[in-house]
Amino acid sequence: MLLEAKGIVKKFGGLTAVQGVDYVQEPRSIDAIIGPNGAGKTTFFNILTGIYKPTSGTLTFNGKSLVGLSPDQINAAGISRTFQNIRLFNDMTVLENIMVGMHSRLRVNLIDTIFRLPRFGSQEVEVRRKAGQILDFISLTDKANEISRNLPYGDQRRLEIGRALASDPKLILLDEPTAGMNPQESVEAMGLFRRVRDELGITVLLIEHDMRVVMGISERITVLDYGQKIAEGDPLTVRQNPRVVEAYLGRGSAGSAGDK
Amino acid sequence: MATQEQPRPLNPVQSLAVRQPVIAGVLFIAIATGILLIITRQQLLFPFWSSIAFPMLAVSPFIVFALKIPTRIKLLLVLVVILLIIPYLGLKDSFYLELAVQIGIFAAMAMGLNIVVGFAGLLDLGYIAFFAVGAYLWGIFASKEGDTYINQIHAVTTPESFYLFLFGGIALAAIAGILLGLPVLRLKGDYLAIVTLGFGEMIRVLVSNLSNISSDPTITINITNGAQGLSGIASPPLPQFVFDAVGGIANLLGIKIGNIEGITYQFFFYFLVLFIGLIAALIAARLDNSPIGRAWTAIREDEIAARAMGVPLVRMKLLAFATGASFAGAMGVIYAAKQTFVSPESFSFNQSIFILVIVIVGGMGSIRGVVLGAVAVTLLNLQILPNLSLLLNSFKNSNEVSASVQNFFKSIPSQLEPAKYQRFVFGILLVLMMIYRPAGILPASRRKLEIDEQMGKAKDEALPRSDVEPEGPFITEDPNNAA
Repeated sequence: MLLEAKGIVKKFGGLTAVQGVDYVQEPRSIDAIIGPNGAGKTTFFNILTGIYKPTSGTLTFNGKSLVGLSPDQINAAGISRTFQNIRLFNDMTVLENIMVGMHSRLRVNLIDTIFRLPRFGSQEVEVRRKAGQILDFISLTDKANEISRNLPYGDQRRLEIGRALASDPKLILLDEPTAGMNPQESVEAMGLFRRVRDELGITVLLIEHDMRVVMGISERITVLDYGQKIAEGDPLTVRQNPRVVEAYLGRGSAGSAGDK
Repeated sequence: MATQEQPRPLNPVQSLAVRQPVIAGVLFIAIATGILLIITRQQLLFPFWSSIAFPMLAVSPFIVFALKIPTRIKLLLVLVVILLIIPYLGLKDSFYLELAVQIGIFAAMAMGLNIVVGFAGLLDLGYIAFFAVGAYLWGIFASKEGDTYINQIHAVTTPESFYLFLFGGIALAAIAGILLGLPVLRLKGDYLAIVTLGFGEMIRVLVSNLSNISSDPTITINITNGAQGLSGIASPPLPQFVFDAVGGIANLLGIKIGNIEGITYQFFFYFLVLFIGLIAALIAARLDNSPIGRAWTAIREDEIAARAMGVPLVRMKLLAFATGASFAGAMGVIYAAKQTFVSPESFSFNQSIFILVIVIVGGMGSIRGVVLGAVAVTLLNLQILPNLSLLLNSFKNSNEVSASVQNFFKSIPSQLEPAKYQRFVFGILLVLMMIYRPAGILPASRRKLEIDEQMGKAKDEALPRSDVEPEGPFITEDPNNAA
């Protein structure tokens, strides 16, 4: 398997956001993590990407432990991500955003840079060529030189995915990638997620609220509630699981009032 | 001579600049040069005209580059100003050379601070400390006083080793930059600013107090000579023919020079600062347009996202502090050799703010901007405000003005001399800039890049920045809302 998390616990003071979650993902799969607001999904993503250190538990990716690695080291190891509330480099161009995404794959060296050694030039040419391919993949080629803050919402979402793809990840984590999209846009986004897997061979894990997207694209679904895994399996199994139904419907507004 | 400035007809000037840009550029330089050649220090209105014309001349390279004329002619005009006109004026009146050298020193330092504040977004209020590191490095080793305080330290350094110490200053300042960087890696915004402010004061207090580090009361080990400062610092030796050449040229042009040695050194430092400044600009531009520069900008824009995209925060931040500091280190060594005197007073908090003002006024993140900022702020500080004060003083005493005018100027208390409220003017300048042009006089712009072209062919066009949000340097986003 590509990713294996065992007994992940994360405590913030007295609050336990994630309580002993086990998670396994096979290569080249598209899986989803769902759950009501405050279930600990994003916290789990932040643990996987090194933004938070888990209180306890082990993380193995591609046969190597991720525990104790910093976010940039985890990116270099092959996990890339997008953010729930888009975090682009707002003042940089679309192209530059993608180029920053490649950082962990580049030879970054003061001497090369100052003296413009030949290998610096050839690397920059290669960076631009690859950035061009990625822009093509996310259909933003004609906006390459626009400042990213000026892009429409849907383009910003796609750019964030493109930036995450730039580091040649093995696994890409998408945090609510269709949030704020209309049904039409969501369908297009799903097409993009599938192409990421089918054409680039990258494993996809997404957090999603839109059930049409979740049920339409995921091969396996993991359900979190109050920091615990309450169900997992294929979409049909999960949909019929009474605990899942209860988590989403049973407690109604009381459930969302108990968040955080 | 007219006592009032003619109201400038704007439209004809604009149309000339558009239709005949070459003539407009030449005319602009010629007017400035002409005024500077005509006026003499004996004239009543000398301070007024010189503070109009010299700043005009100093900004003329920027005007020339803004005009739509072929690059070759632009370079030619700029070279004429820098290599002919300013040296010629300097030969006549060495104060102009002094101003140019000061502009160069502050421009290079502002380019260094711009790496830290502009590119990487790390607010540094103690930047002058790195200037002090460079200045004291050369000061301690190259002053005769240093010789008497520390046993024979001067014997190991000769004036020739200045060039070696230039690199030493760069290295030592870079190390100091890393030392500052390490404890502040986790800090942002206001907190970072406070710690850097403390660091700057620490260095100043350190050099003020290293006048005796011996625990034995019978022995004094004096390193920095405390608050009195180090004097008699050596300048690098120049071969005799340089002095002869300067004297010869002056003779040829019919200019009488009292102190050949002094003016020759002024020329030496002018060209040295020009050279080092150009190298600094080149390095800053190359860093900006590279994976390192992009990583810095990414850190400035969103630290959490930058890390998640594989940017090693610790390495890149330390690199920004070290390279930024090294610019000031080099200039510190040159400053000590030029002034032949250093004291803790030259490295006060105000000086850090002064360089920060240059960066903010010029345009954070914009190399051309901070150079223009250095021209504007340095001239305002060293020439325009003191001259204004001089002018008012001369109105008090000159026979050329009527008694009533004299009496009016005599009634102005000396506390209100313009030179005395420089900080006040700076404050107003900053407030106005933040309100009307928050991104600076020449704002930074992102490069337009061609995707598939060869690097050399890539167009570097500036994008308009009308969409920039007014964002002060002290306002930083809270990056802790990732969850």
